Amino acid sequence: MSGFLTLLKRDLLLAVREGGALGTALGFYLIVVTLMPLGLGPDLNLLTRIAPGVLWVALLLAALLSLPRLFEADHDDGSLDVLALGGLPLELMAASKALAHWLSTGIPLALMAPVLGILLNLEARAYPLVIATMLAGTPAISFLGSIGAALTLKTRRGGLLLALLVLPFYVPTLIFGISAISAALLAPDGFLASFLILTAISLVAMVLGPVAAAAALRQHMH
Amino acid sequence: MVARGGRRIIDGLSFAVQSGEALLLTGRNGAGKTTLIRALAGYLSPLSGTIRIDGFDDEREPREACHYVGHLDANKASLTVLENLRFWQSYLGGEGSGTMAEECLWAALERFGLDPLAEIPAGYLSAGQKRRLGLARLLVARRPVWLLDEPTVSLDAQSTALLAKIIDTHVADGGLVVAATHLPLGLGDARELRLGDGVNQGGAQ
Repeated sequence: MSGFLTLLKRDLLLAVREGGALGTALGFYLIVVTLMPLGLGPDLNLLTRIAPGVLWVALLLAALLSLPRLFEADHDDGSLDVLALGGLPLELMAASKALAHWLSTGIPLALMAPVLGILLNLEARAYPLVIATMLAGTPAISFLGSIGAALTLKTRRGGLLLALLVLPFYVPTLIFGISAISAALLAPDGFLASFLILTAISLVAMVLGPVAAAAALRQHMH
Repeated sequence: MVARGGRRIIDGLSFAVQSGEALLLTGRNGAGKTTLIRALAGYLSPLSGTIRIDGFDDEREPREACHYVGHLDANKASLTVLENLRFWQSYLGGEGSGTMAEECLWAALERFGLDPLAEIPAGYLSAGQKRRLGLARLLVARRPVWLLDEPTVSLDAQSTALLAKIIDTHVADGGLVVAATHLPLGLGDARELRLGDGVNQGGAQ
């Protein structure tokens, strides 16, 4: 277990030192959300209605930006080979990297969403809902994304391929994230059902993601 | 038999390396030196045949007995020399804790002449210094089997001699080294296995 924490600590330190990945993701998120009202016009009622959906879709795209580097950086400098020789099973190694991605990208994006909600005239009572669903849903983005990142590891410019592979798997997270928000806005007790499924999807992703990613990494080690 | 990318690279090869022995793999480009080393490290599984490490703790995976230094140095450009090495020490299970681990870390840096550079980000090092940092990993976590793939690339004559001395020390301590190289390393005592010219393909030892 100490290997897991050591790797997690190193990846978070690298994320802070290199900083570019998070900056790009947050900047991209800001730009995409800003473009929406410009494209749709100043109809505040319309913006309020679509705000949660726009925030969620833009978050998915922003989180995708840094995913291709998840294993690529370690592959390019030879670290991945050495990481595979540690006492840590490859599955836990992949889990540690996906967790680092969630902590360094998923959480900051989720916390930025309410700020961007102002641009979209998000309802006041929807703010806590947006944060809650995003914090519960973003682990699925990192852990399912790690499968795609491992599969496209050796493809040059695999970013687009990664998006094609992974985005369909984000559909359940998106649907239940949005439906939790809209259910809560319609009836105060409608929130929990969708929210629990959203959490379940994230938990399943945390188990399946590392196993599948490790299988893909083994293929690449050849 | 080991295949890579659907091509049979090594076939009918059989050899044993004793502890306290260094084995040099030589052969022309493409003879399968890297493939053999990667198979020994467990990255590739043989299509047929087995690779065994006798006398290693049964509870642990064979890969935990091995150090692998390949063509790339596995350093992070934005971490300092010390941080890079400390990470590998902790991740690869360097023994001891606290001050003992620190001492071991500094001893390895000193051995490779990297101690004046300890606080410098690894990205600023020269190619030879990066290589030395990659090799310093061998000393921070005690593992019996060293698998080295062209370890002397970008090292100067002085550092090559130093590496030879370090390998000799490891072998004298009962360690086991398999190194792929096309240059003589200048080791005290080493067996040589030539790949790819048909001699060993029928099975040596």
